[in-house]
Amino acid sequence: MDTWVIVVASLAYLGLLFAIAWYGDRRADQKRSIISNGWVYALSLGVYATSWTYYGSVGRAATSGIGFLPIYLGPTIMVAAWWLLLRKIIRICRRNRITSLADFISSRYGKSSLLGGLVTVVSVVGVIPYIALQLKAVSNTFSILRGRSELAVVTTDPPVLADTALYVALLLAAFTILFGTRHLDATERHEGMVAAVAFESVVKLVAFLVVGAYVTYGLFNGFGDLFGRASADPDLRQLVTFGETQSYASWLWLVVLSMLAILLLPRQWQVAVVENVDERHIRTAGWLFPLYLLLINIFVLPITIAGLLTFPADGVSPDAYVLALPIAQGQAALALLVFIGGLSAATGMVIVETIALSTMVSNSLVLPVLLRRGGALAGRGDLGGMILGIRRVTIVVVLLLGYGYFRVAGEALTLVSIGLISFAAVAQFAPALIGGLYWRGATRRGAVWGLVGGFVVWAYTLPLPSLAATGLVSQSFIEDGPFGSGLLAPYALFGLDGLDEVSHSMLWSMLVNVGLFVGLSLTDRREPAEHVQAALFVDVFTRPDDSAESRLWRGKAPVGELERLLSRFLGPDGAEEELRAYAERTGTDLSPQGHVSADLVQHVENVLAGAVGSASARFMVASVVEEEPLTVGEVVQILDETSQVLAESRALARKSQELETATTELREANTRLLELDRLKDDFVSTVSHELRTPLTSIRAFSEILVDNPDLDGAERAEYLRIIVEETARLSRLINQVLDLSKLESGGADWQIEPVVLPDVVDTSSHASAQLFRDRKVTMEVSVPELAPVVMADRDRLVQVLLNLLSNAVKFCPPEAGRVWVVVSEHEEEVQVDVRDNGLGISVEDQAVIFEKFRQGGDTRTNRPAGTGLGLPISRAIVERLGGRLWVESAPGAGATFSFTLPLAAARPSSSTGRRAL
Amino acid sequence: MGDRTSERERSVRLPSVAALAFLLFNYPLLAVFDVRVLAGGVPLLWAYLFGVWAAVIALVAWLSRS
Repeated sequence: MDTWVIVVASLAYLGLLFAIAWYGDRRADQKRSIISNGWVYALSLGVYATSWTYYGSVGRAATSGIGFLPIYLGPTIMVAAWWLLLRKIIRICRRNRITSLADFISSRYGKSSLLGGLVTVVSVVGVIPYIALQLKAVSNTFSILRGRSELAVVTTDPPVLADTALYVALLLAAFTILFGTRHLDATERHEGMVAAVAFESVVKLVAFLVVGAYVTYGLFNGFGDLFGRASADPDLRQLVTFGETQSYASWLWLVVLSMLAILLLPRQWQVAVVENVDERHIRTAGWLFPLYLLLINIFVLPITIAGLLTFPADGVSPDAYVLALPIAQGQAALALLVFIGGLSAATGMVIVETIALSTMVSNSLVLPVLLRRGGALAGRGDLGGMILGIRRVTIVVVLLLGYGYFRVAGEALTLVSIGLISFAAVAQFAPALIGGLYWRGATRRGAVWGLVGGFVVWAYTLPLPSLAATGLVSQSFIEDGPFGSGLLAPYALFGLDGLDEVSHSMLWSMLVNVGLFVGLSLTDRREPAEHVQAALFVDVFTRPDDSAESRLWRGKAPVGELERLLSRFLGPDGAEEELRAYAERTGTDLSPQGHVSADLVQHVENVLAGAVGSASARFMVASVVEEEPLTVGEVVQILDETSQVLAESRALARKSQELETATTELREANTRLLELDRLKDDFVSTVSHELRTPLTSIRAFSEILVDNPDLDGAERAEYLRIIVEETARLSRLINQVLDLSKLESGGADWQIEPVVLPDVVDTSSHASAQLFRDRKVTMEVSVPELAPVVMADRDRLVQVLLNLLSNAVKFCPPEAGRVWVVVSEHEEEVQVDVRDNGLGISVEDQAVIFEKFRQGGDTRTNRPAGTGLGLPISRAIVERLGGRLWVESAPGAGATFSFTLPLAAARPSSSTGRRAL
Repeated sequence: MGDRTSERERSVRLPSVAALAFLLFNYPLLAVFDVRVLAGGVPLLWAYLFGVWAAVIALVAWLSRS
């Protein structure tokens, strides 16, 4: 294929990518994000699938069959657990404005710039082979597509200036600079880049599925055909089973390694953590991203088998089968599509990886040195341009280093074995990162030495011996180690052989790393800043926003100083905007001469952390704020307080619960008192009213008698009768009021004795017989044969029954009225019912008739005779005797007043014997 | 508040699925299916790995639904 076609197609593709990125950035500026979507998030995670996946998996499968797969199973496992782990990391990063993995680890261990720098160095060194892998894939497939290498591997290195890989590296550097370092953003988010990467994920998946389907169903007759031929072929048979070429141990290590890599590779951190818009997108990614990996792997083994069947041994590198198969069939268009897919896999990786690395290098490596008090930049004005410059240089340098590694070692290694070197490097962050997330006791020294130790072992056991193939390291060094003893042989440290090189390196480096990390952490005393950060990280879900953090700054600074500091990084407009937004949000006054609060200092530090990393931000703020250092004691006290927050808040919650209960009780008591007060007032006014009515008529008739001495005898007698009646009513009323008040105050005299209840009923019915006769109402009495005995005051009991009987008569219709008195004995009490067939009592009235002076019915129009005190008095008596008095009724269906009294036998007194009598 | 509860449940269930997947994807279960047999035209081990993979994805999708 003509070179210019490939170049134009590639540039057109990159142009399209850039257009997508540009559109994504523009939409982000308009606050109408196109990436705020779980699907875009999951697709952007697809940056995990690089040239390694696209070309290298087939290459790997050609020797180890199914052994290419654990690299994709690990992420599937890990992503399912992300809801727990990644959500915590994202929460911490948001709260502390952390924008890179180096910043995260540095910040966790007391904002240590040493640790941040170390993580950066390990990342850069570790990831360089991985970038070399992409350059190698692009330049190899480019030359295969041009027809220069006749489907075989490039065997002789061209001169540097004629090397495609160099131009690929430079082109990608230029492209990344355009993408990722156009302006300085305090959150380090690149929406346009994410949109482009998500698009690239679609392109490479579609291209791979198309070529996979073409090979499987076009060249062969589907999965069954290919797998059938493979199992029939003695050379290919081992591909369809686990085979002898690998062990379960190395499989396990690859699963673990890829579980760690999916989070710890700088580009994965960038898309998963930094570019995350919404924590809920993790939920979509949890299944969509593994599904993506499954789809992109489904044709790997069929393509491998097809390649091995098509090409003679050692003719074509298996790493190139994906492209070589369509070329061999003369499918130029398909071959170009495959190349573009591979280009998208490589560019996506390189762009995101170098952007992530450039943030780390500028914020965690260069700036901490330059910005230190007295450093080269300590006094410089505008630093925004400077930071962007550092990042651009970093991008170019990283890509050139990648190219250098490719020139030195790239040709001798397969794509996957290069990639695994990088995986093993970033896995060294795992103890410090995951330990730091859940273990408060992890210390800075433990993290530093664990990382250094693990990194040294990694370098000695993986990349160093990988140089042997190039001749830079002698073969005898690989076999016998530096002193020829064999003990330090890099692939068999201390004589441990039988493992593949990656498992071997992981075993030793993790042993050293975890050992130092845990060992030193256990023996260290933590510094104050470490205490603070550990608590902030580990307890991010339980700690309220920023509470402890802002208390840890006790300093003085004029607002103007802070604004000047901010404007060095954000520009004067940005700084003013930031402070104005803060003032608006918190409602504080920020005049330039005023002094700032600890909270504002913390806020400024967080904003700066987004731009220059947390360690540098602390330097910068410390340079303008006269900080009064906190003593260890104070810090420990604060942290002890905060760690007790839960316990205390529980205690507080209990106390406030108690308080609330007490308050409720008080309020109820108060309401009751007010009610009683009102009742008393009502009572007094009602009593006065009730007294005045008879008094008025007595006085009126008396006056008539006085004024008219010549009234005739009959008239005089009638008036006198009224006066006597009213006087009687008056004295009855007064007696009842006195009676009631005595009952309520408990001052009444009670003659408690055993009373035979039927006797009482008998007495009462006789006493009221005249009343019944007058109104022609009949009464029926029914008592049990064995007469129940109760402890009571006999006269009071008669009073109650009389009251109920007279009420019943009053409300019965004359002539047809009937009243039943029923005494019944229950287990421990005796019940007396007085039932009538009268008007009945409405439900509303049932509630009020037991209140003083309240009578049923409309009292204004149809006033029943009586004082309105009978029922309250009766109820007071019954309750005093240990019983209850109530009414059951429906309007028109009569009413039943019932009361109970405890049986004398139930009382723990000598009355037991009397009952037997 | 309903969403709150399911978040807590998710924080237990999803990592449990991860642990289950880790067991299913490794020795010794892997060795059980490492037999030179074609199941429906494809190698048993290959079918097992992709089958479990798809099942894990489906399970996570089901637990992640809102």
